[in-house]
Amino acid sequence: LIGEKKEMADALLFRKKFSVQAGDFAKAGEASVEIKNILKEVGFDPDVIRCVAIASYEAEMNTVMYSVGGDIDFIVKPGEVCLIFEDRGPGIPDISLAMREGYSTATDEMREMGFGAGMGLPNMKKNADRFTITSEVNRGTRIEMHFQRHK
Amino acid sequence: LELVEIQAALQAEALTGQIGLKKTINQVMASDLMSDVLSFCGSGVLLITGLINFQSVRTADVLDLEGIIFALGKRPSEETIRLALQKNIPLLSTPLPIFEACGILYSKGIRGIDRRKKGDG
Repeated sequence: LIGEKKEMADALLFRKKFSVQAGDFAKAGEASVEIKNILKEVGFDPDVIRCVAIASYEAEMNTVMYSVGGDIDFIVKPGEVCLIFEDRGPGIPDISLAMREGYSTATDEMREMGFGAGMGLPNMKKNADRFTITSEVNRGTRIEMHFQRHK
Repeated sequence: LELVEIQAALQAEALTGQIGLKKTINQVMASDLMSDVLSFCGSGVLLITGLINFQSVRTADVLDLEGIIFALGKRPSEETIRLALQKNIPLLSTPLPIFEACGILYSKGIRGIDRRKKGDG
């Protein structure tokens, strides 16, 4: 029975891939808003949706600002939401430094957008129940986040 | 306070017509940094900011904010206003600086965001 329950929790409810264009500030955030709206339709709790939307938007902005383009894999299961951001770009040489609040390599243009204060990665980690980041210099960065439906 | 009363108190111009002016507003956050807004702001909050680009409206959409007041008479581009109209997010522009706008709203009983609600630890 326990195995059956686990199988149900792992079943796929919804999956969608989004592509994110580098430097397209006008569209930046559109995917995250769509993700938020889909979760509303599926009937997730507003607090969980909020956490997903915030983390997703921060990650989407990072992809727009720092990479040369990337993809979002959005996976909804009965018990959790999973977001995988994979980008192509410069990568992050020192992840522990990048995770520090206030550390940023943002340009003035990024700061004018209201971002780039070194809060993005910490904000993602704070909002996700599980957060994994891996990066390879001159290749790209991969962020995987899991959000439980019931805390 | 209803947004229309806030509009009057701040001598603000409604940039998105009558949209949302009847909403009741209890909480305000003032910030130019969208990461801070994302970090600390719950839904149902009115944002006062000097940031007039797309990202202010996008942030309001992501968080289900009640609306945005741009300070110092700033006006976003027509495209940004169109996005807000599409998303039903009221935009206002006040000639006042942020500090004065906040002071006036505080004196009328509006309060800041409730940080205790966000489980930070």
